[in-house]
Amino acid sequence: MEYFLQQLINGVTLGSIYGLIAIGYTMVYGIIGMINFAHGDIFMVGSFIALMTIILLGITALTPAFILLAALLLVLVLTMVFTAVWGWTVERIAYRPLRGSFRLAPLITAIGMSIALQNFVQTSQGATNKPLQPLISGGIKVIEGIVSDRVFVVQLSYMQMIIIVTTLVLMAAFTALISKTSLGRSQRACEQDQKMAALLGVDVDRTISLTFVMGAALAAVAGLMFLLYYGVIDFYIGFLAGVKAFTAAVLGGIGSLPGAMLGGLLIGLIETFWSGYFSSEYKDVAAFSILVIVLIFMPSGLLGKPEVEKV
Amino acid sequence: MSNWQKNPILTIEHMTMRFGGLVAVNDLSFDVGRKDITALIGPNGAGKTTVFNCITGFYKPTEGRLSMNRNSGQEYLLERMPDFEIAQKAGIARTFQNIRLFGGMTVLENLMVAQHNTLMDASLFTFGGIFGISSFKNAEKQAIENAKSWLERIDLIDRADDPAADLPYGAQRRLEIARAMCTEPEILCLDEPAAGLNPNESNQLNQLLHKIREEFGTSILLIEHDMSVVMEISDHVIVLDYGEKISDGTPDFVKNDPHVIAAYLGVEDEEIEAVEEEVKKEKSS
Repeated sequence: MEYFLQQLINGVTLGSIYGLIAIGYTMVYGIIGMINFAHGDIFMVGSFIALMTIILLGITALTPAFILLAALLLVLVLTMVFTAVWGWTVERIAYRPLRGSFRLAPLITAIGMSIALQNFVQTSQGATNKPLQPLISGGIKVIEGIVSDRVFVVQLSYMQMIIIVTTLVLMAAFTALISKTSLGRSQRACEQDQKMAALLGVDVDRTISLTFVMGAALAAVAGLMFLLYYGVIDFYIGFLAGVKAFTAAVLGGIGSLPGAMLGGLLIGLIETFWSGYFSSEYKDVAAFSILVIVLIFMPSGLLGKPEVEKV
Repeated sequence: MSNWQKNPILTIEHMTMRFGGLVAVNDLSFDVGRKDITALIGPNGAGKTTVFNCITGFYKPTEGRLSMNRNSGQEYLLERMPDFEIAQKAGIARTFQNIRLFGGMTVLENLMVAQHNTLMDASLFTFGGIFGISSFKNAEKQAIENAKSWLERIDLIDRADDPAADLPYGAQRRLEIARAMCTEPEILCLDEPAAGLNPNESNQLNQLLHKIREEFGTSILLIEHDMSVVMEISDHVIVLDYGEKISDGTPDFVKNDPHVIAAYLGVEDEEIEAVEEEVKKEKSS
Protein backbone atom coordinates (compact mmCIF):
# COMPACT_ATOMS: atom_id res chain seq x y z
CA MET A 1 0.00 0.00 0.00
CA GLU A 2 2.72 2.42 0.98
CA TYR A 3 4.66 1.46 -2.10
CA PHE A 4 1.59 2.08 -4.23
CA LEU A 5 1.09 5.54 -2.75
CA GLN A 6 4.71 6.46 -3.33
CA GLN A 7 4.46 5.38 -6.95
CA LEU A 8 1.24 7.33 -7.30
CA ILE A 9 2.97 10.51 -6.13
CA ASN A 10 5.88 9.93 -8.50
CA GLY A 11 3.54 9.15 -11.37
CA VAL A 12 1.44 12.28 -10.88
CA THR A 13 4.59 14.39 -10.86
CA LEU A 14 5.87 12.89 -14.08
CA GLY A 15 2.38 13.07 -15.58
CA SER A 16 2.16 16.79 -14.78
CA ILE A 17 5.26 17.44 -16.84
CA TYR A 18 3.92 15.40 -19.76
CA GLY A 19 0.55 17.12 -19.48
CA LEU A 20 2.10 20.58 -19.74
CA ILE A 21 3.91 19.61 -22.93
CA ALA A 22 0.89 17.78 -24.34
CA ILE A 23 -1.22 20.95 -24.18
CA GLY A 24 1.07 22.52 -26.77
CA TYR A 25 0.55 19.62 -29.17
CA THR A 26 -3.17 19.51 -28.73
CA MET A 27 -3.73 23.25 -29.11
CA VAL A 28 -1.72 23.53 -32.30
CA TYR A 29 -3.46 20.47 -33.71
CA GLY A 30 -6.83 21.91 -32.76
CA ILE A 31 -6.28 25.21 -34.51
CA ILE A 32 -4.36 24.31 -37.67
CA GLY A 33 -4.61 20.52 -37.78
CA MET A 34 -0.87 20.07 -37.76
CA ILE A 35 1.39 18.00 -35.52
CA ASN A 36 4.13 20.32 -34.33
CA PHE A 37 6.99 17.84 -34.02
CA ALA A 38 9.35 20.61 -32.96
CA HIS A 39 7.34 21.11 -29.77
CA GLY A 40 9.39 18.60 -27.80
CA ASP A 41 12.50 20.52 -28.76
CA ILE A 42 10.91 23.78 -27.69
CA PHE A 43 10.57 22.05 -24.31
CA MET A 44 14.28 21.20 -24.46
CA VAL A 45 15.19 24.78 -25.39
CA GLY A 46 13.04 25.88 -22.46
CA SER A 47 14.99 23.72 -20.03
CA PHE A 48 18.28 25.12 -21.36
CA ILE A 49 17.02 28.68 -21.01
CA ALA A 50 15.96 27.82 -17.46
CA LEU A 51 19.42 26.42 -16.68
CA MET A 52 21.13 29.51 -18.06
CA THR A 53 18.85 31.84 -16.13
CA ILE A 54 19.49 29.93 -12.90
CA ILE A 55 23.25 30.14 -13.41
CA LEU A 56 23.13 33.81 -14.42
CA LEU A 57 21.06 34.74 -11.39
CA GLY A 58 23.53 32.81 -9.24
CA ILE A 59 20.93 30.67 -7.55
CA THR A 60 22.39 27.83 -5.52
CA ALA A 61 21.09 25.44 -2.93
CA LEU A 62 22.58 27.73 -0.27
CA THR A 63 20.28 30.62 -1.13
CA PRO A 64 17.81 31.21 1.73
CA ALA A 65 14.45 29.53 1.15
CA PHE A 66 12.36 32.67 0.75
CA ILE A 67 14.72 34.30 -1.74
CA LEU A 68 15.12 30.97 -3.50
CA LEU A 69 11.38 30.72 -4.14
CA ALA A 70 11.16 34.31 -5.35
CA ALA A 71 14.16 33.77 -7.61
CA LEU A 72 12.68 30.59 -9.04
CA LEU A 73 9.47 32.45 -9.78
CA LEU A 74 11.54 35.01 -11.67
CA VAL A 75 13.29 32.16 -13.52
CA LEU A 76 9.89 30.73 -14.38
CA VAL A 77 8.66 34.01 -15.85
CA LEU A 78 11.89 34.68 -17.78
CA THR A 79 11.97 31.13 -19.15
CA MET A 80 8.37 31.37 -20.27
CA VAL A 81 8.99 34.68 -22.01
CA PHE A 82 12.15 33.62 -23.84
CA THR A 83 10.85 30.20 -24.83
CA ALA A 84 7.64 31.84 -26.06
CA VAL A 85 9.78 33.97 -28.37
CA TRP A 86 11.34 30.76 -29.70
CA GLY A 87 7.90 29.24 -30.25
CA TRP A 88 6.72 32.35 -32.05
CA THR A 89 9.82 32.43 -34.26
CA VAL A 90 9.50 28.77 -35.23
CA GLU A 91 5.90 29.34 -36.30
CA ARG A 92 6.78 32.52 -38.16
CA ILE A 93 9.68 31.13 -40.20
CA ALA A 94 8.82 27.46 -40.60
CA TYR A 95 5.03 27.11 -40.59
CA ARG A 96 3.34 30.33 -41.62
CA PRO A 97 4.90 30.52 -45.10
CA LEU A 98 3.56 27.02 -45.74
CA ARG A 99 0.03 27.65 -44.58
CA GLY A 100 -2.33 26.85 -47.42
CA SER A 101 0.19 24.49 -48.93
CA PHE A 102 -0.54 20.75 -48.94
CA ARG A 103 -1.00 19.02 -45.60
CA LEU A 104 2.30 17.20 -45.41
CA ALA A 105 4.48 20.26 -46.04
CA PRO A 106 4.29 21.77 -42.53
CA LEU A 107 4.74 18.28 -41.07
CA ILE A 108 8.05 17.91 -42.88
CA THR A 109 9.26 21.37 -41.84
CA ALA A 110 8.24 20.52 -38.29
CA ILE A 111 10.56 17.50 -38.33
CA GLY A 112 13.24 19.64 -39.94
CA MET A 113 12.77 22.31 -37.28
CA SER A 114 13.06 19.65 -34.59
CA ILE A 115 16.39 18.43 -35.94
CA ALA A 116 17.60 21.99 -36.46
CA LEU A 117 16.81 22.95 -32.86
CA GLN A 118 18.52 19.84 -31.49
CA ASN A 119 21.64 20.45 -33.52
CA PHE A 120 21.70 24.12 -32.74
CA VAL A 121 21.66 23.40 -29.01
CA GLN A 122 24.17 20.58 -29.46
CA THR A 123 26.72 22.77 -31.24
CA SER A 124 26.16 25.90 -29.18
CA GLN A 125 25.92 24.24 -25.76
CA GLY A 126 27.94 21.09 -26.29
CA ALA A 127 26.75 17.52 -26.38
CA THR A 128 27.58 16.68 -22.78
CA ASN A 129 25.05 16.38 -19.99
CA LYS A 130 24.37 19.61 -18.16
CA PRO A 131 23.96 18.92 -14.46
CA LEU A 132 22.33 21.18 -11.91
CA GLN A 133 22.79 20.51 -8.24
CA PRO A 134 19.47 20.01 -6.45
CA LEU A 135 18.14 23.40 -5.37
CA ILE A 136 15.19 22.23 -3.37
CA SER A 137 15.65 19.24 -1.15
CA GLY A 138 13.65 17.67 1.61
CA GLY A 139 9.98 16.98 1.79
CA ILE A 140 7.23 15.85 4.04
CA LYS A 141 6.45 12.36 5.18
CA VAL A 142 2.91 11.50 4.21
CA ILE A 143 2.81 8.10 5.86
CA GLU A 144 5.30 6.49 8.16
CA GLY A 145 4.79 2.90 9.16
CA ILE A 146 6.34 -0.44 9.81
CA VAL A 147 5.74 -3.25 7.39
CA SER A 148 7.16 -6.59 8.47
CA ASP A 149 9.86 -5.09 10.66
CA ARG A 150 10.89 -2.56 8.06
CA VAL A 151 10.30 1.17 8.42
CA PHE A 152 8.39 2.36 5.41
CA VAL A 153 8.05 6.01 4.49
CA VAL A 154 5.89 7.54 1.81
CA GLN A 155 7.50 10.80 0.94
CA LEU A 156 6.25 13.82 -0.93
CA SER A 157 9.26 15.99 -1.69
CA TYR A 158 8.94 19.77 -1.82
CA MET A 159 9.98 19.61 -5.46
CA GLN A 160 7.11 17.27 -6.27
CA MET A 161 4.73 19.53 -4.42
CA ILE A 162 5.96 22.54 -6.40
CA ILE A 163 5.56 20.67 -9.69
CA ILE A 164 2.06 19.43 -8.96
CA VAL A 165 0.83 22.75 -7.56
CA THR A 166 2.33 24.81 -10.39
CA THR A 167 0.81 22.51 -12.96
CA LEU A 168 -2.61 22.67 -11.34
CA VAL A 169 -2.49 26.48 -11.13
CA LEU A 170 -1.32 26.85 -14.72
CA MET A 171 -3.89 24.45 -16.08
CA ALA A 172 -6.68 26.23 -14.22
CA ALA A 173 -5.48 29.61 -15.46
CA PHE A 174 -5.15 28.26 -18.94
CA THR A 175 -8.61 26.72 -18.99
CA ALA A 176 -10.02 30.06 -17.83
CA LEU A 177 -8.09 31.84 -20.56
CA ILE A 178 -9.54 29.60 -23.24
CA SER A 179 -13.11 29.60 -21.97
CA LYS A 180 -13.55 33.12 -20.62
CA THR A 181 -11.44 35.63 -22.52
CA SER A 182 -11.81 37.19 -25.91
CA LEU A 183 -8.53 35.65 -27.02
CA GLY A 184 -9.73 32.17 -26.06
CA ARG A 185 -13.01 32.69 -27.86
CA SER A 186 -11.34 33.81 -31.04
CA GLN A 187 -9.04 30.82 -30.77
CA ARG A 188 -11.95 28.42 -30.55
CA ALA A 189 -13.62 30.27 -33.41
CA CYS A 190 -10.50 29.81 -35.54
CA GLU A 191 -10.50 26.13 -34.66
CA GLN A 192 -13.96 25.75 -36.12
CA ASP A 193 -13.87 28.01 -39.15
CA GLN A 194 -10.84 30.18 -39.86
CA LYS A 195 -12.30 31.94 -42.85
CA MET A 196 -15.47 32.88 -41.01
CA ALA A 197 -13.48 34.12 -38.03
CA ALA A 198 -11.48 36.34 -40.39
CA LEU A 199 -14.69 37.73 -41.86
CA LEU A 200 -15.74 38.74 -38.35
CA GLY A 201 -12.53 40.70 -37.98
CA VAL A 202 -10.40 38.16 -36.12
CA ASP A 203 -6.76 38.31 -37.19
CA VAL A 204 -6.28 34.58 -37.78
CA ASP A 205 -2.51 34.73 -38.25
CA ARG A 206 -2.08 36.51 -34.97
CA THR A 207 -4.37 34.08 -33.18
CA ILE A 208 -2.33 31.15 -34.51
CA SER A 209 0.91 32.85 -33.45
CA LEU A 210 -0.47 33.35 -29.96
CA THR A 211 -1.37 29.66 -29.83
CA PHE A 212 2.23 28.77 -30.49
CA VAL A 213 3.37 31.32 -27.94
CA MET A 214 1.11 29.85 -25.26
CA GLY A 215 2.11 26.29 -26.08
CA ALA A 216 5.79 27.23 -25.90
CA ALA A 217 5.31 29.05 -22.59
CA LEU A 218 3.73 25.94 -21.05
CA ALA A 219 6.50 23.75 -22.50
CA ALA A 220 8.99 26.14 -20.88
CA VAL A 221 7.38 25.54 -17.51
CA ALA A 222 7.70 21.81 -18.12
CA GLY A 223 11.35 22.35 -19.09
CA LEU A 224 12.11 24.16 -15.85
CA MET A 225 10.32 21.48 -13.82
CA PHE A 226 12.19 18.72 -15.61
CA LEU A 227 15.50 20.47 -14.94
CA LEU A 228 14.76 20.95 -11.25
CA TYR A 229 13.34 17.44 -10.79
CA TYR A 230 15.94 15.38 -12.59
CA GLY A 231 18.86 17.79 -12.24
CA VAL A 232 20.37 16.90 -15.59
CA ILE A 233 19.51 17.88 -19.15
CA ASP A 234 21.04 17.46 -22.59
CA PHE A 235 20.18 18.47 -26.13
CA TYR A 236 18.31 15.22 -26.74
CA ILE A 237 15.70 15.26 -23.94
CA GLY A 238 13.15 16.89 -26.20
CA PHE A 239 12.77 13.83 -28.37
CA LEU A 240 11.52 11.27 -25.88
CA ALA A 241 9.59 13.79 -23.79
CA GLY A 242 8.03 15.12 -26.97
CA VAL A 243 6.99 11.69 -28.19
CA LYS A 244 5.54 10.84 -24.77
CA ALA A 245 3.62 14.10 -24.59
CA PHE A 246 2.35 13.62 -28.12
CA THR A 247 1.21 10.14 -27.10
CA ALA A 248 -0.50 11.71 -24.11
CA ALA A 249 -2.30 14.19 -26.37
CA VAL A 250 -3.47 11.40 -28.69
CA LEU A 251 -4.48 9.19 -25.79
CA GLY A 252 -6.60 11.95 -24.28
CA GLY A 253 -8.07 12.85 -27.66
CA ILE A 254 -6.04 15.25 -29.74
CA GLY A 255 -7.59 18.69 -29.94
CA SER A 256 -9.11 18.43 -26.48
CA LEU A 257 -7.46 20.38 -23.66
CA PRO A 258 -8.74 18.35 -20.69
CA GLY A 259 -7.84 15.31 -22.78
CA ALA A 260 -4.20 16.41 -22.98
CA MET A 261 -4.05 16.89 -19.23
CA LEU A 262 -5.67 13.54 -18.54
CA GLY A 263 -3.53 11.80 -21.14
CA GLY A 264 -0.34 13.26 -19.65
CA LEU A 265 -1.34 12.09 -16.20
CA LEU A 266 -2.17 8.59 -17.45
CA ILE A 267 1.08 8.18 -19.37
CA GLY A 268 3.03 9.35 -16.32
CA LEU A 269 1.18 6.93 -14.06
CA ILE A 270 1.48 3.95 -16.41
CA GLU A 271 5.20 4.53 -16.80
CA THR A 272 5.84 4.88 -13.11
CA PHE A 273 3.73 1.92 -12.07
CA TRP A 274 5.20 -0.28 -14.72
CA SER A 275 8.74 0.52 -13.69
CA GLY A 276 7.73 0.26 -10.04
CA TYR A 277 6.10 -3.16 -10.24
CA PHE A 278 7.58 -4.82 -13.31
CA SER A 279 10.67 -3.56 -15.00
CA SER A 280 11.88 -0.08 -15.75
CA GLU A 281 13.43 -1.16 -19.05
CA TYR A 282 10.02 -1.79 -20.57
CA LYS A 283 8.22 1.28 -19.23
CA ASP A 284 8.05 2.91 -22.67
CA VAL A 285 6.69 -0.28 -24.18
CA ALA A 286 3.96 -0.28 -21.54
CA ALA A 287 3.00 3.33 -22.18
CA PHE A 288 2.82 2.89 -25.94
CA SER A 289 0.98 -0.44 -25.69
CA ILE A 290 -1.75 1.21 -23.65
CA LEU A 291 -1.95 3.87 -26.34
CA VAL A 292 -2.40 1.23 -29.04
CA ILE A 293 -5.07 -0.58 -27.06
CA VAL A 294 -7.01 2.60 -26.28
CA LEU A 295 -6.87 3.75 -29.89
CA ILE A 296 -8.17 0.41 -31.15
CA PHE A 297 -11.30 0.73 -29.05
CA MET A 298 -11.60 4.53 -28.96
CA PRO A 299 -10.06 5.88 -32.15
CA SER A 300 -10.63 9.51 -31.18
CA GLY A 301 -8.97 9.14 -27.77
CA LEU A 302 -10.49 9.22 -24.32
CA LEU A 303 -12.04 12.69 -24.40
CA GLY A 304 -11.79 13.50 -28.09
CA LYS A 305 -14.83 14.18 -30.17
CA PRO A 306 -15.27 11.93 -33.19
CA GLU A 307 -14.43 13.79 -36.36
CA VAL A 308 -17.53 15.10 -38.03
CA GLU A 309 -17.46 15.26 -41.78
CA LYS A 310 -17.83 18.88 -42.85
CA VAL A 311 -20.52 19.33 -45.43
CA MET B 1 -31.04 61.22 -59.65
CA SER B 2 -31.31 58.19 -57.46
CA ASN B 3 -29.79 57.78 -54.02
CA TRP B 4 -27.19 55.22 -55.11
CA GLN B 5 -25.75 57.61 -57.68
CA LYS B 6 -25.82 60.63 -55.38
CA ASN B 7 -24.63 59.01 -52.20
CA PRO B 8 -22.96 55.65 -52.73
CA ILE B 9 -21.49 53.80 -49.77
CA LEU B 10 -19.87 51.16 -51.96
CA THR B 11 -18.70 51.71 -55.52
CA ILE B 12 -17.62 48.81 -57.68
CA GLU B 13 -15.85 49.64 -60.89
CA HIS B 14 -14.91 47.25 -63.67
CA MET B 15 -14.62 44.23 -61.45
CA THR B 16 -13.64 40.98 -63.14
CA MET B 17 -13.10 37.66 -61.44
CA ARG B 18 -11.53 34.79 -63.36
CA PHE B 19 -10.95 31.25 -62.18
CA GLY B 20 -8.47 29.92 -64.71
CA GLY B 21 -10.36 30.12 -67.97
CA LEU B 22 -13.75 30.64 -66.39
CA VAL B 23 -14.93 34.23 -66.18
CA ALA B 24 -17.31 34.29 -63.23
CA VAL B 25 -17.82 38.04 -63.17
CA ASN B 26 -17.03 40.21 -66.16
CA ASP B 27 -16.42 43.96 -66.03
CA LEU B 28 -19.09 44.64 -63.47
CA SER B 29 -19.74 48.14 -62.15
CA PHE B 30 -22.45 49.25 -59.76
CA ASP B 31 -23.11 51.49 -56.78
CA VAL B 32 -24.73 50.67 -53.48
CA GLY B 33 -26.61 53.61 -51.97
CA ARG B 34 -26.12 54.63 -48.37
CA LYS B 35 -28.92 53.27 -46.17
CA ASP B 36 -30.56 51.57 -49.16
CA ILE B 37 -31.62 47.98 -49.34
CA THR B 38 -29.95 46.82 -52.53
CA ALA B 39 -30.78 43.45 -54.06
CA LEU B 40 -28.51 41.47 -56.32
CA ILE B 41 -30.53 39.01 -58.37
CA GLY B 42 -30.01 36.73 -61.32
CA PRO B 43 -30.45 33.13 -62.43
CA ASN B 44 -28.37 30.35 -60.88
CA GLY B 45 -24.68 30.61 -61.72
CA ALA B 46 -24.93 34.28 -62.62
CA GLY B 47 -22.01 35.15 -60.33
CA LYS B 48 -23.89 36.76 -57.45
CA THR B 49 -22.10 34.92 -54.69
CA THR B 50 -18.76 35.57 -56.42
CA VAL B 51 -19.49 39.30 -56.23
CA PHE B 52 -20.14 38.89 -52.50
CA ASN B 53 -16.96 36.90 -52.05
CA CYS B 54 -14.95 39.64 -53.73
CA ILE B 55 -16.54 42.39 -51.65
CA THR B 56 -15.94 40.61 -48.35
CA GLY B 57 -12.37 39.56 -49.12
CA PHE B 58 -13.10 35.87 -49.51
CA TYR B 59 -11.62 36.17 -53.01
CA LYS B 60 -9.37 38.82 -54.44
CA PRO B 61 -10.89 40.10 -57.70
CA THR B 62 -8.70 39.63 -60.77
CA GLU B 63 -9.34 43.19 -61.89
CA GLY B 64 -11.27 46.20 -60.73
CA ARG B 65 -11.66 48.66 -57.94
CA LEU B 66 -13.94 48.31 -54.96
CA SER B 67 -14.15 51.39 -52.83
CA MET B 68 -15.99 51.66 -49.58
CA ASN B 69 -16.99 55.14 -48.39
CA ARG B 70 -17.67 54.92 -44.72
CA ASN B 71 -20.20 57.20 -43.06
CA SER B 72 -17.25 59.01 -41.44
CA GLY B 73 -16.04 59.93 -44.93
CA GLN B 74 -13.05 57.60 -44.85
CA GLU B 75 -12.42 55.64 -48.02
CA TYR B 76 -11.12 52.07 -48.17
CA LEU B 77 -10.05 50.12 -51.23
CA LEU B 78 -11.29 46.63 -50.47
CA GLU B 79 -9.27 44.77 -53.09
CA ARG B 80 -6.10 45.78 -51.27
CA MET B 81 -7.06 44.74 -47.78
CA PRO B 82 -6.54 41.39 -46.01
CA ASP B 83 -9.86 39.70 -45.20
CA PHE B 84 -9.96 40.40 -41.47
CA GLU B 85 -9.43 44.13 -42.01
CA ILE B 86 -12.47 44.35 -44.26
CA ALA B 87 -14.64 43.55 -41.26
CA GLN B 88 -12.42 45.40 -38.79
CA LYS B 89 -11.77 48.66 -40.62
CA ALA B 90 -14.01 48.93 -43.66
CA GLY B 91 -17.15 47.96 -41.76
CA ILE B 92 -18.48 45.20 -44.00
CA ALA B 93 -20.09 42.06 -42.62
CA ARG B 94 -21.74 39.14 -44.33
CA THR B 95 -23.71 35.96 -43.90
CA PHE B 96 -23.53 32.80 -45.98
CA GLN B 97 -25.97 30.86 -48.08
CA ASN B 98 -25.02 27.72 -46.15
CA ILE B 99 -24.95 28.92 -42.57
CA ARG B 100 -21.48 29.19 -41.06
CA LEU B 101 -21.97 29.58 -37.35
CA PHE B 102 -19.42 28.34 -34.85
CA GLY B 103 -21.54 25.30 -34.06
CA GLY B 104 -19.52 24.12 -31.07
CA MET B 105 -19.71 27.46 -29.30
CA THR B 106 -22.72 28.80 -27.47
CA VAL B 107 -25.14 31.25 -29.03
CA LEU B 108 -23.83 34.03 -26.81
CA GLU B 109 -20.20 33.20 -27.59
CA ASN B 110 -20.93 33.42 -31.30
CA LEU B 111 -21.96 37.02 -30.78
CA MET B 112 -18.97 37.66 -28.51
CA VAL B 113 -16.47 36.51 -31.14
CA ALA B 114 -17.88 39.14 -33.46
CA GLN B 115 -17.01 41.81 -30.89
CA HIS B 116 -13.47 40.49 -30.67
CA ASN B 117 -11.77 43.66 -31.90
CA THR B 118 -13.35 46.08 -29.46
CA LEU B 119 -12.55 43.62 -26.67
CA MET B 120 -8.98 43.01 -27.78
CA ASP B 121 -8.28 46.76 -27.88
CA ALA B 122 -9.85 47.29 -24.49
CA SER B 123 -7.93 44.42 -22.93
CA LEU B 124 -4.47 45.06 -24.44
CA PHE B 125 -4.55 41.72 -26.26
CA THR B 126 -6.06 39.95 -23.26
CA PHE B 127 -2.99 40.53 -21.07
CA GLY B 128 -4.69 43.46 -19.37
CA GLY B 129 -7.66 41.22 -18.78
CA ILE B 130 -5.56 38.56 -17.11
CA PHE B 131 -4.31 41.06 -14.57
CA GLY B 132 -7.86 42.19 -13.90
CA ILE B 133 -7.71 45.72 -15.25
CA SER B 134 -11.16 47.20 -14.72
CA SER B 135 -11.57 48.77 -18.16
CA PHE B 136 -11.38 45.29 -19.60
CA LYS B 137 -14.04 43.97 -17.29
CA ASN B 138 -16.29 46.86 -18.27
CA ALA B 139 -15.68 46.25 -21.95
CA GLU B 140 -16.49 42.57 -21.47
CA LYS B 141 -19.66 43.48 -19.58
CA GLN B 142 -20.71 45.87 -22.32
CA ALA B 143 -20.06 43.26 -24.98
CA ILE B 144 -22.26 40.79 -23.13
CA GLU B 145 -24.98 43.45 -22.78
CA ASN B 146 -24.77 44.19 -26.47
CA ALA B 147 -24.92 40.50 -27.35
CA LYS B 148 -27.94 40.04 -25.10
CA SER B 149 -29.76 42.96 -26.65
CA TRP B 150 -29.26 41.28 -30.01
CA LEU B 151 -30.54 38.00 -28.64
CA GLU B 152 -33.68 39.81 -27.54
CA ARG B 153 -34.12 41.31 -30.99
CA ILE B 154 -33.91 37.88 -32.61
CA ASP B 155 -35.93 36.12 -29.88
CA LEU B 156 -33.17 33.79 -28.76
CA ILE B 157 -32.45 35.12 -25.29
CA ASP B 158 -33.66 31.87 -23.70
CA ARG B 159 -31.15 29.83 -25.64
CA ALA B 160 -28.08 32.00 -25.00
CA ASP B 161 -26.06 29.17 -23.49
CA ASP B 162 -26.99 26.40 -25.92
CA PRO B 163 -24.55 25.33 -28.62
CA ALA B 164 -25.35 27.21 -31.81
CA ALA B 165 -25.57 23.97 -33.79
CA ASP B 166 -28.62 22.89 -31.74
CA LEU B 167 -30.78 25.78 -32.92
CA PRO B 168 -33.45 25.26 -35.58
CA TYR B 169 -32.60 26.42 -39.08
CA GLY B 170 -34.54 29.67 -39.04
CA ALA B 171 -33.05 30.67 -35.70
CA GLN B 172 -29.55 29.92 -36.98
CA ARG B 173 -30.20 32.30 -39.86
CA ARG B 174 -31.29 35.08 -37.51
CA LEU B 175 -28.31 34.39 -35.26
CA GLU B 176 -25.95 34.65 -38.19
CA ILE B 177 -27.38 38.05 -39.08
CA ALA B 178 -27.12 39.18 -35.46
CA ARG B 179 -23.53 37.99 -35.36
CA ALA B 180 -22.71 39.96 -38.50
CA MET B 181 -24.37 43.03 -36.94
CA CYS B 182 -22.24 42.67 -33.78
CA THR B 183 -19.17 43.67 -35.80
CA GLU B 184 -20.92 47.06 -36.18
CA PRO B 185 -20.89 47.09 -39.97
CA GLU B 186 -22.04 49.89 -42.23
CA ILE B 187 -22.91 47.43 -44.97
CA LEU B 188 -24.53 44.12 -44.19
CA CYS B 189 -24.23 41.59 -47.03
CA LEU B 190 -26.80 38.80 -46.88
CA ASP B 191 -26.47 35.80 -49.17
CA GLU B 192 -29.95 34.37 -49.70
CA PRO B 193 -31.21 35.09 -46.20
CA ALA B 194 -34.67 33.66 -46.90
CA ALA B 195 -33.56 30.42 -48.55
CA GLY B 196 -35.11 27.38 -46.91
CA LEU B 197 -37.24 29.38 -44.50
CA ASN B 198 -40.92 28.67 -44.03
CA PRO B 199 -43.33 31.62 -44.54
CA ASN B 200 -43.45 32.32 -40.83
CA GLU B 201 -39.66 32.40 -40.45
CA SER B 202 -39.33 34.41 -43.62
CA ASN B 203 -41.72 36.95 -42.17
CA GLN B 204 -39.64 37.21 -38.97
CA LEU B 205 -36.59 37.75 -41.13
CA ASN B 206 -38.18 40.62 -43.04
CA GLN B 207 -39.11 42.26 -39.76
CA LEU B 208 -35.56 41.85 -38.52
CA LEU B 209 -34.13 43.48 -41.64
CA HIS B 210 -36.50 46.42 -41.30
CA LYS B 211 -35.57 46.77 -37.63
CA ILE B 212 -31.88 46.80 -38.50
CA ARG B 213 -32.35 49.44 -41.13
CA GLU B 214 -34.49 51.70 -38.95
CA GLU B 215 -32.50 51.34 -35.75
CA PHE B 216 -28.95 51.32 -37.09
CA GLY B 217 -29.20 52.87 -40.53
CA THR B 218 -27.15 50.00 -41.92
CA SER B 219 -27.02 49.69 -45.69
CA ILE B 220 -28.07 46.22 -46.76
CA LEU B 221 -26.91 44.35 -49.83
CA LEU B 222 -28.67 41.07 -50.41
CA ILE B 223 -28.83 38.18 -52.81
CA GLU B 224 -32.30 36.74 -53.01
CA HIS B 225 -34.26 34.38 -55.21
CA ASP B 226 -37.68 35.08 -53.84
CA MET B 227 -38.88 37.83 -56.21
CA SER B 228 -41.80 38.86 -54.06
CA VAL B 229 -39.39 39.61 -51.21
CA VAL B 230 -37.00 41.46 -53.48
CA MET B 231 -39.68 43.63 -55.05
CA GLU B 232 -41.22 44.39 -51.69
CA ILE B 233 -38.24 45.40 -49.59
CA SER B 234 -35.53 46.69 -51.90
CA ASP B 235 -34.88 50.23 -53.07
CA HIS B 236 -32.47 49.25 -55.79
CA VAL B 237 -32.11 46.06 -57.82
CA ILE B 238 -29.11 44.89 -59.84
CA VAL B 239 -29.57 41.94 -62.20
CA LEU B 240 -26.68 39.70 -63.22
CA ASP B 241 -26.59 37.04 -65.89
CA TYR B 242 -23.52 35.06 -66.92
CA GLY B 243 -21.34 37.35 -64.82
CA GLU B 244 -22.50 40.54 -66.48
CA LYS B 245 -24.89 43.23 -65.40
CA ILE B 246 -28.00 43.23 -67.52
CA SER B 247 -30.15 45.65 -65.60
CA ASP B 248 -29.82 48.17 -62.78
CA GLY B 249 -32.52 50.37 -61.28
CA THR B 250 -35.59 50.58 -59.11
CA PRO B 251 -37.63 47.40 -58.63
CA ASP B 252 -40.28 48.71 -61.02
CA PHE B 253 -37.76 49.50 -63.70
CA VAL B 254 -36.12 46.08 -63.42
CA LYS B 255 -39.41 44.21 -63.36
CA ASN B 256 -40.28 45.57 -66.79
CA ASP B 257 -36.84 45.37 -68.34
CA PRO B 258 -37.04 42.98 -71.29
CA HIS B 259 -33.47 41.81 -70.73
CA VAL B 260 -34.41 40.64 -67.27
CA ILE B 261 -37.49 38.86 -68.46
CA ALA B 262 -35.47 37.23 -71.20
CA ALA B 263 -32.82 36.08 -68.77
CA TYR B 264 -35.35 34.60 -66.43
CA LEU B 265 -37.59 33.03 -69.00
CA GLY B 266 -34.70 31.99 -71.19
CA VAL B 267 -35.35 33.38 -74.67
CA GLU B 268 -32.95 33.76 -77.57
CA ASP B 269 -31.38 37.16 -78.23
CA GLU B 270 -33.54 37.74 -81.29
CA GLU B 271 -36.67 37.19 -79.28
CA ILE B 272 -35.86 40.00 -76.86
CA GLU B 273 -37.49 42.52 -79.13
CA ALA B 274 -40.63 40.48 -79.23
CA VAL B 275 -40.73 40.33 -75.48
CA GLU B 276 -40.12 44.06 -75.34
CA GLU B 277 -43.22 44.69 -77.41
CA GLU B 278 -45.27 42.36 -75.31
CA VAL B 279 -44.28 44.29 -72.20
CA LYS B 280 -45.26 47.55 -73.84
CA LYS B 281 -48.62 46.12 -74.74
CA GLU B 282 -49.19 44.92 -71.23
CA LYS B 283 -48.39 48.36 -69.84
CA SER B 284 -50.78 50.15 -72.17
CA SER B 285 -53.62 47.75 -71.46
